[in-house]
Amino acid sequence: MIKQLIPSVLLTIFLMALTGLAYPLAVTKIAQTVFPTQANGSLVERNGTVVGSERIAQGFDRPDYFHPRPSATTAADPNDPTKTVPAPYNAANSGGSNAAPTSKAFVDATRDAAAKAHADNPKAHGGVPVDLVTASGSGLDPDISPEAAEFQVARVAQARHAPEAEVRALVAAQTAGPVFGMIGEPVVNVLNLNLALDQRWPIAH
Amino acid sequence: MIATGILQIILYFVLLIGLAVPMGRYLAGVYEGKIAFLAPVERGILRLCFVDPDQEQHWTVYALACLVFNLVGIFALYALMRFQADLPFNPAGQTAVAPDLAFNTAVSFATNTNWQNYGGESTMSTLTQMLGMTVHNFTSAATGMAVLVALIRGFTRRQVRTLGNFYVDALRSILYVLLPMAVVMALFLVWQGVPQNLGDYTEATTLEGAKQLIAQGPVASQVAIKHLGTNGGGFFNANSAHPFENPTALTNLAQMVGQVLISAAFVFAFGRMVGDPRQGRALVIAMSVMLTVGIGVCYWAESQGNPALNGAGIDMVTSVTNSGGNMEGKEVRFGIANSALFAATTTGTSNGAVNAMHDSFTPIGGMVPLVNIMLGEVVFGGVGVGLHGMIIFVIVTVFIAGLMVGRTPEYLGKKMEAREVKFAVLCILIFPLSILGLGGAAMVLPAGLAGMSAAGPHGLTEVLYAYTSATGNNGSAFAGLSGNTPWYNSSLAVAMLIGRYLVIVPTLAIAGSLAAKKIVPPSAGTFPTYGSLFIILLIAVIVVIGGLTFFPVLALGPIVEHLMLAAGTLF
Repeated sequence: MIKQLIPSVLLTIFLMALTGLAYPLAVTKIAQTVFPTQANGSLVERNGTVVGSERIAQGFDRPDYFHPRPSATTAADPNDPTKTVPAPYNAANSGGSNAAPTSKAFVDATRDAAAKAHADNPKAHGGVPVDLVTASGSGLDPDISPEAAEFQVARVAQARHAPEAEVRALVAAQTAGPVFGMIGEPVVNVLNLNLALDQRWPIAH
Repeated sequence: MIATGILQIILYFVLLIGLAVPMGRYLAGVYEGKIAFLAPVERGILRLCFVDPDQEQHWTVYALACLVFNLVGIFALYALMRFQADLPFNPAGQTAVAPDLAFNTAVSFATNTNWQNYGGESTMSTLTQMLGMTVHNFTSAATGMAVLVALIRGFTRRQVRTLGNFYVDALRSILYVLLPMAVVMALFLVWQGVPQNLGDYTEATTLEGAKQLIAQGPVASQVAIKHLGTNGGGFFNANSAHPFENPTALTNLAQMVGQVLISAAFVFAFGRMVGDPRQGRALVIAMSVMLTVGIGVCYWAESQGNPALNGAGIDMVTSVTNSGGNMEGKEVRFGIANSALFAATTTGTSNGAVNAMHDSFTPIGGMVPLVNIMLGEVVFGGVGVGLHGMIIFVIVTVFIAGLMVGRTPEYLGKKMEAREVKFAVLCILIFPLSILGLGGAAMVLPAGLAGMSAAGPHGLTEVLYAYTSATGNNGSAFAGLSGNTPWYNSSLAVAMLIGRYLVIVPTLAIAGSLAAKKIVPPSAGTFPTYGSLFIILLIAVIVVIGGLTFFPVLALGPIVEHLMLAAGTLF
């Protein structure tokens, strides 16, 4: 056993230096040089301040913005660190609801969310797309499906006093299709879409 | 299920096999010593570590070296977590990790499980993630690869007592395979939007005026090896569902291919190294068939959506513009098809990363990852360990075939005698002993029951999945289970140690005894271990053994839950 201890310890130290320091530090250096925006989180700025990341969802509640998917992230309870409180779009503690499909609480909450979505978007046709009433796995999903965007177009157009056709065109411009037409799903980035809305039809908040 | 989804699954297989074949050739060259362009560097490092690169080890010494090396790693990681508050590179100011969580995490990463009873961005400092987690991702993968190579040498060598040198094999695995691939993959990930920095978390002010603290760090370097080494331990709590860990459909595809690639390549390399590529191909076909069935069932189940949500005005029909199906716990950029594909490949191997929350899958959809692990993680399996797990099943299969025709079973010219078969069966029995034994204890003890978040049969599935994942060294979870308690931290650690080392040691014992045997040329009575009869028999043995062992508990968990959900019962 002792005979194996020395080589094991030495090899472990060497590998810690190689794979634990040299490798990540080298990758960091190259990444920061070649891909600085992505390496630092794809941050988005407006008027000099950081308003978020292109990749991370943020909360939107106003009728004149497109709403993202619900978020089930939590944060530590300020009064009792052993407990957690709901804190949607918490980018320092990602996670999903982990609700079971047979959970009564989950089914009731989702049905309520669907009813609210219909109430908020009275002019929308058909059922509310499922991604708009279900929490994402990370709680920070920055995208919605094209149908979810379409569901909200009428409401947003009315709140911004803009023609629906033009809002639809803006959505289409912000829709990224499957890569090479095959890989993945078409998505609409909510933050970029809302930034484009603010630029085109500014509203004093 | 729609055409675009099926097309993506076909594309995945084409890409995987297309890359695995040349990679297999490379791996065979590395482990046979034919590819050795880093030889001076390699030998220099080994001598500095007081290892004689030319000294080969008897199987007991090989096993001891493996165990001691792993033990040293466990101590190092444990120490790192306990002292992280006093060490540098801690921009978020994380405090020391609690002892039971640190123990569980250290064991978890050393055994290639990467079960995380914590959320990375809220618990671990940047230094711990780099120097602890990332390092173990390399060393645990290298351990599995070394053990497999030792077993292969058991088949290719004749009448010798040594199996190679553990330190040489582990180091070569890192220098020639894991590290170069990780660098390439990490940079690809950064290009697609995965962060790689050492700075503080960023504070942003959202468009509606709220504050958002955005956690970041050296993510890409960690994620690259997380998949390539079938580790699965992510930087963030949400693992590959997190848009920073898996931003686009392309990174998702790269991750899904990456997590199976080396395991698949090893199967081809195995065929080459034993001098009969048909053997490798037969195993690849068996594994691919089982993987395809799993993907198909999971995709179908998740596309159906949650029947309890019918009639609420929700559109759950999957189409090109609507995600549809069961989207709770999933990400829109992946949709149903890529979430099902990821779930199946991550549990067919011993990876355990997730791009969707398994706890929120439909009962049958969630049963697929569970069954994949229960079958022994041989559907390509973890790097190294997957193939040697599959070879264990092959030994049992040729034994059964031998019983049926009344001849001594042989595989690749080596007779399978009582010793080999006994050790093989021991490896197989470890699974139910740990899963059902510890899982049963958890279902009886109040400490175990307290961790469940779901009521009804889903709660049982949560607990069952935890012990299955730990024993299979997978690491994925039904994350509603509150695992960060003394009971789960310790019992899951025990399951992980059992599932890893009580399989590795018998495997090396088999390797040692095989290496000492003669190679018998095939005769008229040899059962061909390639061809459709063998493949069907092998799959049947795996499914029947797994089924007989686990069907009762599955009936109590996911199966009854599925029936109750269809009948409208909620908990």
